[in-house]
Amino acid sequence: MTAAVETGLTTTIHGDRVSLLRVLGPAHVWALGVGIVLVGEFTGWNFSADKGGALAALIVCWIVGLLYTSVAMIDSEVTSTVAAAGGQYAQAKHIVGPLMAFNVALFLVFAYTMLEVSDAILLGDTIVAKAGVEGLTHNSFIAATIVVLAWLNYRGVLMTLNVNFVITAIAYVSIVILFFSVSPWTQGAVLKLNELVTPGNALPYGWIGVIAAFQFGIWYYLGIEGTTQAAEEVRSPARSLPYGTMAGMITLLIAAAMTWYVCASLMPWEYLGITYYPLWDAGKLTGSPLLENLLFIATLLAALASANGCINDAARAWFSLGRDRYLPSWFSAVHPKYRTPYRSILFLLPIALAFAFIADLNQAITFSILSGVLQYTFMSINIMMFRKKWPLGTIRRGYTHPFHPLPAIVLFCLCMVTFFAIFLGFGSQLIAMTVFYFLISLWFHFYRYRFVRRGDQFSMPWPKPQGY
Amino acid sequence: MARYTPPEQSKAGQVFDIAVVVVAIFVALWLPLKLGLAGAAKSIDPLDAKTWDALGQNATMASIWEKLGYTPETAHDIIQNRFHYIIDWPTLIIMAIVLIAYFVFLFRASDKEYREVINEKFDDK
Repeated sequence: MTAAVETGLTTTIHGDRVSLLRVLGPAHVWALGVGIVLVGEFTGWNFSADKGGALAALIVCWIVGLLYTSVAMIDSEVTSTVAAAGGQYAQAKHIVGPLMAFNVALFLVFAYTMLEVSDAILLGDTIVAKAGVEGLTHNSFIAATIVVLAWLNYRGVLMTLNVNFVITAIAYVSIVILFFSVSPWTQGAVLKLNELVTPGNALPYGWIGVIAAFQFGIWYYLGIEGTTQAAEEVRSPARSLPYGTMAGMITLLIAAAMTWYVCASLMPWEYLGITYYPLWDAGKLTGSPLLENLLFIATLLAALASANGCINDAARAWFSLGRDRYLPSWFSAVHPKYRTPYRSILFLLPIALAFAFIADLNQAITFSILSGVLQYTFMSINIMMFRKKWPLGTIRRGYTHPFHPLPAIVLFCLCMVTFFAIFLGFGSQLIAMTVFYFLISLWFHFYRYRFVRRGDQFSMPWPKPQGY
Repeated sequence: MARYTPPEQSKAGQVFDIAVVVVAIFVALWLPLKLGLAGAAKSIDPLDAKTWDALGQNATMASIWEKLGYTPETAHDIIQNRFHYIIDWPTLIIMAIVLIAYFVFLFRASDKEYREVINEKFDDK
């Protein structure tokens, strides 16, 4: 181990010797973003049907799609300009301030670690359900998934995201194959939407159910903003990040629409709302063993791709905290051979394992969603501050998103609706988590921040922000 | 502006700080589970007559339930397990106050720290 690594001096951004490798292209960015999110089509989105009915699940699919389109537009502009590992953390550090950056990094670590936990639980439960062996539990499958993927991440980002690209593509193609196999242009043969979603049951709870459905509607797309974590490892951030993120978002909107249409046309909303495997069940209900097995394998691959991307992203957010001394700099070490933030990867491993064994799928998803929505609320305010402090033309932007400030306003309003939706089901958890963030912020502001160098945190070659 | 030099933190201090963060994470995520605060308010609205018709299922729905391995008796608890959306205003107000207070503190304290960063970064030049 080099002395530089041991002292936590790790990255070229801060003028050090061992850095993360710039080896990724737009396809890897797509694989990271879509890989994390696509599992949401295989489980999670359907709980929105439970909260509001099948039509509510479709309405939130579109409206939350709008929320995430705003996220992708805003993120593409800011990240193509602030190209550093940590993504939204680095954005907050340069635009809002250190305490906000600390909180945003925690949002990221929580959102991705709990999403990883959800993925591992899904994978274990799916295998157990398929095996149908009495006494078989999901524990060993969960542990193996988390440990093996952590090892893959430890060994290098290029291999990690090459694997993600392949398995994400297979899982995505399986949705397309399912869609075209059930003759989507004809009703009555296989699909029976008119008989399953009727005027009497489309919105069983009325419009309050639609609002409540926002909570799990987030799951259609949660994690697409994770593309920004690769900012320091892509060859051309200004090109790859906007291209990969927007392509990912388009891909997901298509997948979400196909998934809803097929699933809502094959099963009653009461069952759709509680199953852990909506697409696998859809495959079974077509009566085709080939489709059933394809969707079973695709469910496993989607869970693997998501957990893989989550480990990648959570570790980079934690690594960034160490690099700026927001947490002990021990975490900022980069592996001298594999060039990965290996200590952060290893540190988060037992935390993920612990929660995989104490939380159930529904709760893990909710924890992840809560942190995600807190982060999106920050993003809507962050872009306003970014444009105010550095108006167009004052710094070079890799991408400038159109219609500003409309996407920020839409994002903020939809976040408020989602907070209300979470209140309708998980209000106590929202309060508990916000109190946690509040207390940990006090700890950071009044104690931990003394160990942080002030001016060194601002590493972008920009002019002084306006108003300062 | 004088350049701020942070104190060197001892190894024991670093380990303690890591422990604080880990314990805080576990308490925040685990406590609601332990106290039974996690989870949405759903309850079963029982029906006396457990038939597909009474459960509001038409012939197509009933055939799918049966394909999935359910009978009206076994599907009853799934179909009748409903949310009861009641807005608890005191809790909603507490949630709003906590969220607003959190974000206000976050932005104000961040701005104070940010001014130090900008002053040191740009006044050095």
